[in-house]
Amino acid sequence: MATLIKERRIVADSWHLLERGPKGELPEVPVRGEVIVPLALWLARREELLSRVGTGTLGVWLDASEGPEALAGDVQRFPLIAVNFPKFGDGRGYSIARLLRERYGFKGELRAIGDVLHDHLFFMEQCGFDAFALREDQDAQEALSVFGTFSEGYQTSVLRPVPLFRRRLGASKS
Amino acid sequence: MYLYDEIDQKLVDERVVQFRDQTRRFLAGKLSDDEFRALRLRNGLYIQRYAPMLRIAIPYGLLSTKQLRRLAYIARKYDRGYGHFSTRQNLQLNWPKLPQAPDILAELATVQMHAIQTSGNSFRNITTDHFAGVAQDEIVDSFVWCEIIRQWSTFHPEFSYLPRKFKFAVNGAKSDRAAVAVHDIGLHALRDEKGEVGFRVLVGGGLGRTPAIGFVIREFLSWRHLLTYIEAILRVYNRYGRRDNINKARIQILVKERGPEKFREEVDAEWAHLKDGPATLVPEEIVRIESRFTRPSYLRLPATDAGLEAALASERAFANWHKRNVHPHKKAGYSAVTLSLKKTGVPPGDVTVEQMEKIADLADRYSFGELRVSHEQNLIFADVQLSDLYSLWQEVRELGFATPNVGLLTNIICCPGGDFCSLANAKSIPVAEAIQQRFDDLDYLHDIGEIDLNISGCMNACGHHHVGHIGILGVDKSGEEWYQIEVGGNQGEVRPGRGASLGKIIGPSFARAEVPDVIEKLIECYLARRDSDAERFIDVVHRIGVEPFKESVYGNADQRAAHRRGQLASA
Ligand code: HEM
Ligand code: SF4
Repeated sequence: MATLIKERRIVADSWHLLERGPKGELPEVPVRGEVIVPLALWLARREELLSRVGTGTLGVWLDASEGPEALAGDVQRFPLIAVNFPKFGDGRGYSIARLLRERYGFKGELRAIGDVLHDHLFFMEQCGFDAFALREDQDAQEALSVFGTFSEGYQTSVLRPVPLFRRRLGASKS
Repeated sequence: MYLYDEIDQKLVDERVVQFRDQTRRFLAGKLSDDEFRALRLRNGLYIQRYAPMLRIAIPYGLLSTKQLRRLAYIARKYDRGYGHFSTRQNLQLNWPKLPQAPDILAELATVQMHAIQTSGNSFRNITTDHFAGVAQDEIVDSFVWCEIIRQWSTFHPEFSYLPRKFKFAVNGAKSDRAAVAVHDIGLHALRDEKGEVGFRVLVGGGLGRTPAIGFVIREFLSWRHLLTYIEAILRVYNRYGRRDNINKARIQILVKERGPEKFREEVDAEWAHLKDGPATLVPEEIVRIESRFTRPSYLRLPATDAGLEAALASERAFANWHKRNVHPHKKAGYSAVTLSLKKTGVPPGDVTVEQMEKIADLADRYSFGELRVSHEQNLIFADVQLSDLYSLWQEVRELGFATPNVGLLTNIICCPGGDFCSLANAKSIPVAEAIQQRFDDLDYLHDIGEIDLNISGCMNACGHHHVGHIGILGVDKSGEEWYQIEVGGNQGEVRPGRGASLGKIIGPSFARAEVPDVIEKLIECYLARRDSDAERFIDVVHRIGVEPFKESVYGNADQRAAHRRGQLASA
């Protein structure tokens, strides 16, 4: 089972990720436990799952080709949203994360799943992920050091909503 | 020269630490080849035919002599004593060793340099007009805008894994000397009727295997919105650009598949959320960036110089050089000078470390300790006093960089090709050399006048063959090296009224030995048909079309048909 880093600490993972079956069929949702369901399942069974979301035991995951648009008004109901990285070089998830945080105001756990590697955690965190289900072969202890890679960033990001140039100006004024 | 502040420096230093750790983990077997590949490419390291190749960024082509000396030192210590200036205003070393790459990056960081995002599917080094800041037809100093975008694009957390490489060019003058229409995004600076600065934004241009001219997504974008608007374009591209097929992953394909209008709507919809947000630029930031650029302390000089006039009148070789390699300057009493790296027999763009050091000495003495790399693979001294031109010429001639061929046929843009590059279909450097040898008569060259001849060793188009007035492309025919010829490409509106265009292939390809003959026929065809010597090769192609050029090479349609019949009969 993959190691989870959450808020820069290695933690035990109580969530269960549900995936589609080999033929693409939607999984069964177990009655108990904390589960993360594929977007398609949520869209298909939204009405009956709404109450489960209310108890804080149902999250949803988006694939890289999917977007927060599909969740729209429901985003803030979820305690957890996961975004899948099918391959580490596939950068779509970074945009999805920023949109969830910045445009849809998602405050819950935002988890990176899939091909999640050491060298990508820094940017992922900047884009709003706070939980990382590392690929199995990754050294989680070593990966913890990665969050300090860069001490600054020029751009706006979820962690630094005000760009460096405005912060510099503010500092020189005061 | 833009001088780093503490934060700029710290980020570059932190990058070295990061890459050292990544290299360590790779060498310890903790990173797969594939995973490390993505990381090293972001630091300019390719694995090439003979060794890794390291591509060092020279942001917007601007270099101080201190930096050039450090590059020479690096090329001597870690490589084989020379470097290659590329069409993207970078420097490439062909023989560094992987375990030493972190040390090289550390050396670079001491002179405010790096290799960040010089390859891989990332936002690449920004290129611009090599006469930025000194051009008489300047609208804005494009260096300032390039630096603003450089900062914005450096380690952008959201856009670090784009579908494909992303190339950005900025032009700040009336003439387009930055080829903005053949970049993923090109900016052309403008002023509106109130004098406010803005940019015409082009998107979806590119060379490579599916060349395209960018389309104007916005006629005038106020400078304030520059970053939010680019962010909107990049976000649409990052989310929807194709990732299933590397050959269809450039933004131009997305623009084509969506249609330009639809693409513009999508960008506008995204921009609506970002516009006027915190990334909106403010005047203080522009002033801050401007003030971090060192500026030459120009003297007040007369607009002419008697000594120069006398030398021009008495010495023909000097006058020839002056005509081609000296360019007007916005300050009276100064001019810009091109050091041609296109001497016959030397691979275009190659410079030895001894030459780098001598060039640095000259730039210190003649041009305020700075120089630029042009996308035509030459070096520019931007601020030379008129009264110094003659002695500079003598010194540059000694070094072999005074070939008076800027803008002429032998000023060939040429990629490293089969001699160095593992992707090549054919060699390109020997072709350039053979053409230079064929056209070694200076009077003839000057008579032919302005023409761009560009050569790439494969369809990746590193040598810009699509936008050469004559383009040569290496192709592979069952294991043999052949060359396809294109005519009619143009890199952009260098002269008013003649925008960017892509060349058209004139017919079946040729063996290497035949290429100089073919070029000669094309040139003869042009000379026979031009109205006057003011009409350039490219102007004639546009006036009369490609057909007469085809005929000059392959004969007329009847002759071609007869030839084909002959070939069929003998087959
Ligand atoms: C020797 C190692 C090199 C390799 C492996 C390499 C590889 C490539 C590849 C694969 C492309 C095509 C990308 C695409 O179509 O999307 C490309 C394009 C390009 N490269 Fe290189 N290149 C090399 C050297 C150079 C050099 C030395 C220069 C400058 C002289 C250069 C400048 C360019 C330019 C201008 C393009 C076209 C940009 C465009 O597609 O819009 N490359 N290169
Ligand atoms: S055009 Fe082809 S042969 Fe030339 S450098 Fe680029 S990839 Fe190599």
